[in-house]
Amino acid sequence: MSRTIPIHLDSAGRGPGPAAAGSPAVRRMLIGLALGFAAVFLVLPLANVLVKALGKGVSYYQTTLSDPDMRAAIRLTLAVAVITVPLNLVFGLAAAWAIGKHSFRGKSLLITLIDLPFSVSPVVAGLVLVVLFGAQGYLGPWLDRHDIRIIFNLPGIVMATVFVTVPFIARELIPLMQASGNEQEEAALTLGASGWRTFWHVTLPSVRWGLLYGVILCNARAMGEFGAVSVVSGHIAGLTDTLPLQVEKLYHEYNQTGAFAAASLLAMLALVTLGFKALLEWRIRRRYERGQRAAPSGRMEAGA
Amino acid sequence: MPATRFNPLPGFGLTMGYTLVYVGVIVVLPLAALLVRTLDLTPADFWRLATDPRAMASYRLTFGASLAAAGVNALFGTLLAWVLARYRFPGRGLVDALVDFPFALPTAVAGLTLADLFAAEGWLGRGLAMAGIQVAFTPLGVMVALTFVGLPFVVRTLQPVIEGFDRELEEAAATLGAGRWRTFRSVVAPTLLPAVLTGFALALARAIGEYGSVIFIAGNKPFVSEIAPLLIVIRLEEYDYAGAMALAVVLLAISFLLLITINLLERWSSRFRR
Repeated sequence: MSRTIPIHLDSAGRGPGPAAAGSPAVRRMLIGLALGFAAVFLVLPLANVLVKALGKGVSYYQTTLSDPDMRAAIRLTLAVAVITVPLNLVFGLAAAWAIGKHSFRGKSLLITLIDLPFSVSPVVAGLVLVVLFGAQGYLGPWLDRHDIRIIFNLPGIVMATVFVTVPFIARELIPLMQASGNEQEEAALTLGASGWRTFWHVTLPSVRWGLLYGVILCNARAMGEFGAVSVVSGHIAGLTDTLPLQVEKLYHEYNQTGAFAAASLLAMLALVTLGFKALLEWRIRRRYERGQRAAPSGRMEAGA
Repeated sequence: MPATRFNPLPGFGLTMGYTLVYVGVIVVLPLAALLVRTLDLTPADFWRLATDPRAMASYRLTFGASLAAAGVNALFGTLLAWVLARYRFPGRGLVDALVDFPFALPTAVAGLTLADLFAAEGWLGRGLAMAGIQVAFTPLGVMVALTFVGLPFVVRTLQPVIEGFDRELEEAAATLGAGRWRTFRSVVAPTLLPAVLTGFALALARAIGEYGSVIFIAGNKPFVSEIAPLLIVIRLEEYDYAGAMALAVVLLAISFLLLITINLLERWSSRFRR
């Protein structure tokens, strides 16, 4: 069970459910109810974004997106992701190596600490940074004397984003590194490979898909974070407004089409994320099926 | 792996040190700073700030709407997971892929599109308005937004459990003469219950801290449709640090209680698997 969206191999090797499950009337009713729920909470919200974004035509959409403040928001959002994702990627690799490949006391406590940002409200995540670095914060006076601005500035936005995305890559990698065991690395070391070489050529390839998936999830959240960033941003147009903040600002200015245009970019980011997940699941399923054909009793390779 | 075994893999000190420093600086230190700063308040001041009438109204809304949304998801999310796992029908693959959409969609976009859908002129709001139901800018809207963000947690927690469910058990029950309802009640439901509760708790935990998707659709009227995270933001904008921190500590305490509950539930439900 996961606090993110787990890779899920629904029909891998199992085939469709039996048609006999339930009488046709019951079956139709259950499917109808479930699809009605899915329509209201999944299909319509997505369709609404796309339709409303193009509500005033394609050329209006293009004009809205080429507005200088919008351009600045897009650039800032990309910059935040470009800084955040590598930081959490290096952390995720280090944490997974330490936790997944070694045993020590207090492991589950450490995992709980890594998971904490999943449980903290984004608003609280922003607030803790204000408490530390804000004008009335612990380090506020010192920062002020040295003319360093963190809150209402890029460093604060990045810190807030890093905080909320800390677990994403680590939590994908830890179970994979645990599942693939230590034998291959031990063999490489015995054959004289250095620790780094073993990591690059043995460990990293064995977790590459999980790694990529973690990066994709981390990136989606980094680009889309709203609450934490909203608290520390200061909403300075053209400077500290990210794309999600731009959505809110345009909405409050009663610029519906503009808000939806900005929202449509983020919705496409979500669709790309889901598309990538589907691709990954398809790859794993294909590999699993090949493995089934080769060795009917073979188990799926962990972390394929 | 037994703990006593010699582990020849290098780099434990380096990666462990980096992990501890990173988690310490990014996660633990800021949260600790919040708690320490709150200790500057006298207990009486803390109590006054954490329980003033506007704060109490915001907790009631946050918890009420979160519980209701998690409940709706426990019911309809379980149904959706069941239908996706058990039946084959056109569009099944698409709906299955879209289940993750609320998780992947930035919350501001979720708020925007839900507020628009349920507004008086929206695709869904128009019909509901004719029935005399107003969703947008009411507490009901808060519940709708929280249902949206919690949906993937329930469905994705239940789906693998339903797929891995031993169907022979159901068939055995049916063969022994149990009716469909009796089979469901005494064989299926008890097996699913731990997963439903876990999904419910995950959705609840997510809903209590949720901010972005709610503030668009809520209307944000003090005492009526103002959630606790929004009140924190408002206190901050008023430079009322103490008020913001008192609310934040209450929310944090509840998050931790839920985190512990979820861990216990997961341990319990994993006993039912395999």
